[in-house]
Amino acid sequence: MSTETETNVRVEDKLFQNRYLVDAGRPHITVTPHTVPSPRLLALTHVCPAGCYTQADSGQVEISTDGCVECGTCRVVAEPYGEITWNYPRGGFGVLFKFG
Amino acid sequence: MADEKFDAIVVGAGPSGNACAYTLATRGLKVLQLERGEYPGSKNVQGAILYADALEKIIPDFREDAPLERHIIEQRLWMMDDKSYCGAHYRSEDFNEDKPNRYTIIRAPFDKWFSRRVSEAGALILCETTVTELVRDAHDKVIGVRTDRDGAAIYADIVVLAEGVSGLVGARAGLRSIPKPDTVALAVKEMHFLPRETIEARFNLQGDEGVVIESAGTITKGMAGTGFLYTNKECISIGIGCLISDFTNSDQTPYGLLEAFKQHPSVKPLLAGSEVKEYAAHMIPEGGYKAIPQLFGNGWLIVGDAGQFVNAIHREGSNLAMTTGRIAAETILDLKTRNAPMTANNLAAYKTRLDESFVMKDLKKYKNLPNAFHNKHLFTTYPQLISKAAQTWFRVDGVDKKAKENEILKSFFRTRRVKGLLGDVLGMARGWR
Ligand SMILES: Cc1cc2nc3c(=O)[nH]c(=O)nc-3n(C[C@H](O)[C@H](O)[C@H](O)COP(=O)(O)OP(=O)(O)OC[C@H]3O[C@@H](n4cnc5c(N)ncnc54)[C@H](O)[C@@H]3O)c2cc1C
Ligand code: SF4
Repeated sequence: MSTETETNVRVEDKLFQNRYLVDAGRPHITVTPHTVPSPRLLALTHVCPAGCYTQADSGQVEISTDGCVECGTCRVVAEPYGEITWNYPRGGFGVLFKFG
Repeated sequence: MADEKFDAIVVGAGPSGNACAYTLATRGLKVLQLERGEYPGSKNVQGAILYADALEKIIPDFREDAPLERHIIEQRLWMMDDKSYCGAHYRSEDFNEDKPNRYTIIRAPFDKWFSRRVSEAGALILCETTVTELVRDAHDKVIGVRTDRDGAAIYADIVVLAEGVSGLVGARAGLRSIPKPDTVALAVKEMHFLPRETIEARFNLQGDEGVVIESAGTITKGMAGTGFLYTNKECISIGIGCLISDFTNSDQTPYGLLEAFKQHPSVKPLLAGSEVKEYAAHMIPEGGYKAIPQLFGNGWLIVGDAGQFVNAIHREGSNLAMTTGRIAAETILDLKTRNAPMTANNLAAYKTRLDESFVMKDLKKYKNLPNAFHNKHLFTTYPQLISKAAQTWFRVDGVDKKAKENEILKSFFRTRRVKGLLGDVLGMARGWR
């Protein structure tokens, strides 16, 4: 049934289809250092459509921007609170949609 | 380029920026267009339905070489619960006309084509260049931009911000704020490839005819949102989107929602055997009329999604983007011809022209509707009730029709009560007016 597929879906498998030009060593989004994550930061671990945000064993929320599709959702949720810094990748870098 | 001065700089090469740059360049203005993607379209995501009228007003002969997929002859609207849909379908041979009104398109090739036309019209287009900030003079008038290329300023009489919903430049310059989570939706989308004969057989199509499906219901798990499925020549675009505030308050993932939508018994057979070639996501501004920011000032104008120009009810966006881009260009051209400076006072004509167009009239008509849609019953209770009603009605089981009618009415009142039902109906009606 649908619920089974839903829980089993791996976003990595979806991102695998996409083309990226990764700007190695220059992440365009960073999470502000924190000890206890806010509910907003925690929400990003399920809201980000590319699964870029994860919660580390220590409890903090971390980001890996490699699969980022540059939708801007995390910016809308957390940037006004200073919980992340958000930029576009440098011109030309990042996701390259073939179809869009 | 540093000491070169342009008549206009357009930030972004989506439909709004392209419409603006094209209109300016064909009338002889010196235009610079900056796009952060490797090629126009490489950062853009859309359903996508192209509304011919808006483009025709800019490039009347676009049908001759634009990469169009299928012209739409059938529109389906589905109200879905977990196992069923109750739908309205409209199909007409009239849509097989000489100059069809709506087409499906794929954004990357379409944006590339539009951009080629802009460049042929004489504009200078620089890709792989992100605009980082606006440059102002001592009187706070915008006089140019800086980019991430070498940080040098590039000057122009006017800067048009066509940077889309998540644009940084206007927000950083304090011209508008970052959209609020309850005024933007997040949509995720996949491209499913199938042989064209398979698509034509599954959707009952011939040649370049196309079908589009818009759907709402329990597929969004109580969140305000919709799903869509559009037929292209050799692939199907499928996606689903919900308000970001609803996503954050739930425990749903966007890709989980898309997966469940694809597994719905009414959708699954339409996609069977397909090969997925891309997964994308993008925001859609859905705040409507009340979310529109200040649109003009000394030396600047805002067009397209950056100005919240999306009619979420009718799923129109790119046509509003192209229309606002064109109207911005016409305003600029008019001032240029009269040798009038690009001041806020003079550029106010842009807003006046917009107010007279369908863009503002339509958005104004629905200005209260976004609130009415923040009613979770629309996405849970009603689809279930409607499905149950349809099933009671269509199942032939020895129960008389009068009893069936009573049963259906009772199920509505039992679930939502009179007050709830009236409230929902009035809320929608008020928003619609
Ligand atoms: C899933 C989905 C389905 C949709 N379906 C439909 C539909 O069927 N029909 C319809 O009419 N509309 C639809 N829309 C809405 C439509 O896509 C938008 O309204 C339209 O694309 C807006 O055009 P735009 O030019 O304003 O912005 P965009 O298309 O977002 O273009 C902005 C451009 O600016 C560039 N840019 C941004 N910042 C910078 C910078 N700092 N420097 C340089 N370049 C920059 C971007 O790379 C991009 O190319 C849909 C949207 C989505 C997400
Ligand atoms: S921009 Fe979108 S895809 Fe990228 S990290 Fe933020 S939410 Fe995820």
